[in-house]
Amino acid sequence: MAARNPTDKTLGESLRERGVSRRGFLKFCAATASMMALPPSMAPAIAAALEQAKRPSVIWLSFQECTGCTESLTRSHAPTLEDLILDVISLDYHHTLQAAAGDAAEHAREQAMAANPGEYLVIVDGSIPGPDSNPGYSTVAGHSNYAMLMETVENAAAVIAVGTCATFGGLPGANPNPTGAMSVMDLVKDKPVINVSGCPPIPMVITGVIAHYLTFGRLPELDAYNRPMAFFGQSIHDRCYRRPFYDKGLFAKTFDDEGARLGWCLYELGCKGPTTYNACATMRWNDGTSWPVEAGHPCLGCSEPRFWDAGGFYNTVSVPTSASGVNVLAAGAAGAIVGGAVAALAKKQTKTAVAHRQPVTVEELEAKL
Amino acid sequence: MSLLDQIPVVIETGSAETEVDAQWHGNAEPVLHEVRHALARLVAKGETTKIDLKAMPFGPGDLERLLSVLGTGEVQASVDALGPTRVQETAIPGVWLVDYLNSEAHRLALHLEIATVPEILCPQPQDLDDAIAALDARLNPDKSDPPLAS
Ligand code: SF4
Ligand code: SF4
Repeated sequence: MAARNPTDKTLGESLRERGVSRRGFLKFCAATASMMALPPSMAPAIAAALEQAKRPSVIWLSFQECTGCTESLTRSHAPTLEDLILDVISLDYHHTLQAAAGDAAEHAREQAMAANPGEYLVIVDGSIPGPDSNPGYSTVAGHSNYAMLMETVENAAAVIAVGTCATFGGLPGANPNPTGAMSVMDLVKDKPVINVSGCPPIPMVITGVIAHYLTFGRLPELDAYNRPMAFFGQSIHDRCYRRPFYDKGLFAKTFDDEGARLGWCLYELGCKGPTTYNACATMRWNDGTSWPVEAGHPCLGCSEPRFWDAGGFYNTVSVPTSASGVNVLAAGAAGAIVGGAVAALAKKQTKTAVAHRQPVTVEELEAKL
Repeated sequence: MSLLDQIPVVIETGSAETEVDAQWHGNAEPVLHEVRHALARLVAKGETTKIDLKAMPFGPGDLERLLSVLGTGEVQASVDALGPTRVQETAIPGVWLVDYLNSEAHRLALHLEIATVPEILCPQPQDLDDAIAALDARLNPDKSDPPLAS
């Protein structure tokens, strides 16, 4: 797909040109509010903000990964991938999804960077062999992953690291880490880095971060690990429907005992829910069909740092029962600081680079209701 | 194939399971109380409320339990915009189930709306602003711009 300048049309205008009515747009925004964990009453305010939003150029870089994160995104339903690519973002470069190959593909990336300096978003999946590693461990078009990442983020508005490999090193970074794999936030220090962790991440969280950026004109509030609070603010355990059994001390002891059949808590089978922050319990997987704990399997903790090195999947986590609440508070406090810094950075960029859109707060959006 | 046949398969019936789960998970009750409070606000102050059912940590059977308590009322409507949206009044007047589906019939959102009329059924204010001009254009096709939508 060829690079193009962001069109002057707003999202609302281009949707209406495609025959989407204002009622249809309101419906799209109802789904978007649900996706962003905002109250459904905010749908009209989101519609008003998105009407005016312009499509940002997006460059998607894939490094040491298994393509699971892109697979996850292509299973996204709200909005559909088609809507996302055609209407919400201008996906100018993506190894797996673009039709162009070779020189033409690399030109698309360079053109998108040149046409939208300071405005484009970079999405990264996969970890990166660090600057001290052999550059030949992972290359694209003859460039080392490290060189390509640093060149591409130089004039970006922000970087979204997608998946546990890009956010925390993931499987390539697991002990003994033969390629010296590092995460995006290990390497990019002068741009806002938003981490959407998970192996793979929930597709609606990827699109939710982009929708948040479009709605509010700035990046979402982040937790201590740079993850959006809206999706990673509560632990799996805090929102798990098996929680009443945990509180009563009713635990399944094996995968097919009476307790397992009655839906009792999976803590003793190794559930990492109490120490894992993700939105699986409420957003669920496969278009909202189910999620691992509902399917009878403990949470593996895939959205946390050192996921692969943190001990056996079926070992019981040793946390006191009150720990999850403490973690929420700690993450919340740190998130406010990190989020504040990111908001300040984004505000500055908004002045220089994203001058056509005013950032708004949730309060301002609500005031418009 | 013959080896596969030797594996004993026991089929457990779904309905009995749902009954047990609905009884055990019990996450529909708090939402029903939320609906009760929202109804009181609608009656007292005319304030509408929307509850996002997809965001609830429901276990198997919870949604079914919630919907069976609310029941099915008299009014049904369908909005055809970006795929179908099905609106169903429950047996509790003023409590509506709004099911947003995309064109592939996948659910985008599922809301309970406590209101006299669900918002998706109302014409949008900007469309109302354009309504007279749109009708004028149809009355005088030669003089005005073409209608906004067919
Ligand atoms: S330990 Fe796991 S299964 Fe049990 S309540 Fe917590 S998240 Fe749910
Ligand atoms: S339930 Fe746990 S391991 Fe499974 S996808 Fe969610 S966060 Fe990852």
